[in-house]
Amino acid sequence: MKTFNYHLVKDIKEAKKISSAHSTFLAGGMTTIPSMKLGLGTYKDVIDIKGIKKLSGIKSSGKILKIGSTTTHAEVAKSKEVKKSIPSLAALAEGIGDPQVRNRGTIGGSIANNDPAADYPSACIALNASINTSNNRKIDAESFFKGMFETTLKKGEIIESIDFEIPQKSNYQKLPNPASRYAVVGVYVAKYKNGTNVGVTGAKPCVYNDKNLGKALSKSFSSSAIDNVNVSASGMNSDIHASAYYRANMVKVFAKKAVETC
Amino acid sequence: MKKISLEVNGKKIVKDIPDHTVLSVLLRDVLNLTGTHIGCDTSQCGACVVHVDGKSIKSCSTLAVDVDGSKVTTIEGLAKNGKMHPMQEAFKKMHGLQCGFCTPGMVMSAIDLLQNNKKPSDTEIRDWLEGNICRCTGYQNIVAAVKEAASKM
Repeated sequence: MKTFNYHLVKDIKEAKKISSAHSTFLAGGMTTIPSMKLGLGTYKDVIDIKGIKKLSGIKSSGKILKIGSTTTHAEVAKSKEVKKSIPSLAALAEGIGDPQVRNRGTIGGSIANNDPAADYPSACIALNASINTSNNRKIDAESFFKGMFETTLKKGEIIESIDFEIPQKSNYQKLPNPASRYAVVGVYVAKYKNGTNVGVTGAKPCVYNDKNLGKALSKSFSSSAIDNVNVSASGMNSDIHASAYYRANMVKVFAKKAVETC
Repeated sequence: MKKISLEVNGKKIVKDIPDHTVLSVLLRDVLNLTGTHIGCDTSQCGACVVHVDGKSIKSCSTLAVDVDGSKVTTIEGLAKNGKMHPMQEAFKKMHGLQCGFCTPGMVMSAIDLLQNNKKPSDTEIRDWLEGNICRCTGYQNIVAAVKEAASKM
């Protein structure tokens, strides 16, 4: 790994002051550090934001579940608050990576990285999430995730928290890659009073909202309601793990599974 | 360079280290605690698992400056007064290893499992050891060893 200057900052102001075109923010480091080792990223300054107290924690206010960006996957998985308000989100966190990654990796880091096969982005889409940032922006999930490893975050902008709208019921199902356990396809279904959302990860270069599945499930919330919905293979990933056609079929299979497990 | 102070296996350590030093390198190259192994070096194989403040983490992907002020336990810190930890005993008894390269990480990970779940099922053991890769045993005896340790701890 190339050398850099490490800064442990106490507040957002200090983080912003050090931030430049040659810096990166560090939370759990579960992607950042291996990437730096592989030479995929080199930085002059690494700004550790874990010391900023207000970025951590979980709060539920009845309608909204707010999770601070530096909250670890293990904390989300174990949280009574999350288990009570959105149990499927706690279950999703419990299924990320492995126990050691869950002890360090953070929700904000996962979302900011926007890995095409990450689990959390699908939850953000399905659960009408808003991403609150240090630039006083409240970004809705669908416009936040822009493309492969790309978000609408600006240089030096830090995710402070994520607001999830608490659904009537929800469930997440994924087909894990047998080796890496990343989602070959992952489908998050969330049912609200006025409709159902379906967030899909792993299938395309970026997480997306499957509006056709959502529309059918909004009309009738049952797995048979999507029998006749066409999930197109166009634009889906095709690689050594699965073809685009296989992925398209799996989106439907796992959407049905999620609905049945709701 | 940064000055860090931490407790490693109950011993207070104060060192000046380059900012980009990862914990596995601090343990192995600076403190000569070579029981912590480096396999993939990118947080997938689990050979480098140690405990920081009681929780298992991958030391190859954690900066040493990041654990400043913490308590670190490595495989060398498990045996007390020349007596092996029950998990180490169980790995020996059930032959939970062949080449032994992954074993320190397996043992550290498995101890953290029993901290969270005193009587894990086979499935729970296999799920927990997701991040620890063994290329020799086929995992059967590792699972048997963790079960054996659970009955003793």
